[in-house]
Amino acid sequence: MIDLGAHAGFIVAAYALAFAVVACLITWIVADHRAQLRILDDLERAGVKRRSAAREEVP
Amino acid sequence: MRLSELANPSRFNALAERVLPWLVVATALAFALGLYQALFVAPDDYQQGATVKIMFIHVPSAWLGMLGWALMSIAALGTLVWRHPLADVAMKAAAPIGAAFTLICLVTGSLWGRPTWGTYWVWDARLTSVLILFLMYLGVIALWRTVEDPSRAARAAAILTLVGAVNLPIIKFSVDWWNTLHQPASVLRLGGSTIYPTILVPLLIMAVAFTLLFVTLHLSAMRNELLRRRVRTLRLMRAAAANP
Repeated sequence: MIDLGAHAGFIVAAYALAFAVVACLITWIVADHRAQLRILDDLERAGVKRRSAAREEVP
Repeated sequence: MRLSELANPSRFNALAERVLPWLVVATALAFALGLYQALFVAPDDYQQGATVKIMFIHVPSAWLGMLGWALMSIAALGTLVWRHPLADVAMKAAAPIGAAFTLICLVTGSLWGRPTWGTYWVWDARLTSVLILFLMYLGVIALWRTVEDPSRAARAAAILTLVGAVNLPIIKFSVDWWNTLHQPASVLRLGGSTIYPTILVPLLIMAVAFTLLFVTLHLSAMRNELLRRRVRTLRLMRAAAANP
């Protein structure tokens, strides 16, 4: 076990805060990625396609 | 690969898909090594005791808070001068990440200041200029969210970012120009670092880990922004088709 001395509370709080902020950032980015992919999928299933994608399908 | 070749979003996405898994692994390994060194190997400071361990997250966060704005400033030039299609995407994606690291820097600095200086906060030049950096990040994020058209928002955000870049040298040299409670530069300084290697090495490993984390998050956020713009285009096409 690490001995953090008399100011252990400040050290633990600093590391916990940094971990929490980074965890929030990662969660937000992953959730945003999934959300955008889901919306894109819904739009494409509804028949909305980019002009370039539509051209690619024309033989 | 030239920078101009990355102007194609599909090519950028393909590159990001290939690089991101490696970056995630490298970031995790760097943090494992850095945290082990910081928490179990690095000795306590002869004056500060164990509170010096806060430095291993505070200093890299401070560097990345500034690096984020520097990156946004280069991207702002890319938007206004070279009109690189990915420049404003990079600028927008960097803002929340830079803000998060600046927030970590401010709060961990405050938690370090209480046992070291006897106060959580003092309005000295270094602390105040970093707080201004954080507020500028919030301003840029708000600007991006206020203007709906991405290209118009990009121009406004680029100008604000370049104006805000004036704050970067102020942050860096504030401890030299004014009499501050914050200590002067001890790592990046003429004449070499004043930190003993047993503490400097873990600090540099943590700095590499934080930088890898920043790059990983930034690439991921850029990929999300490209998806968001594709969604916007498709929604506009659907609206145009519904109202011919």
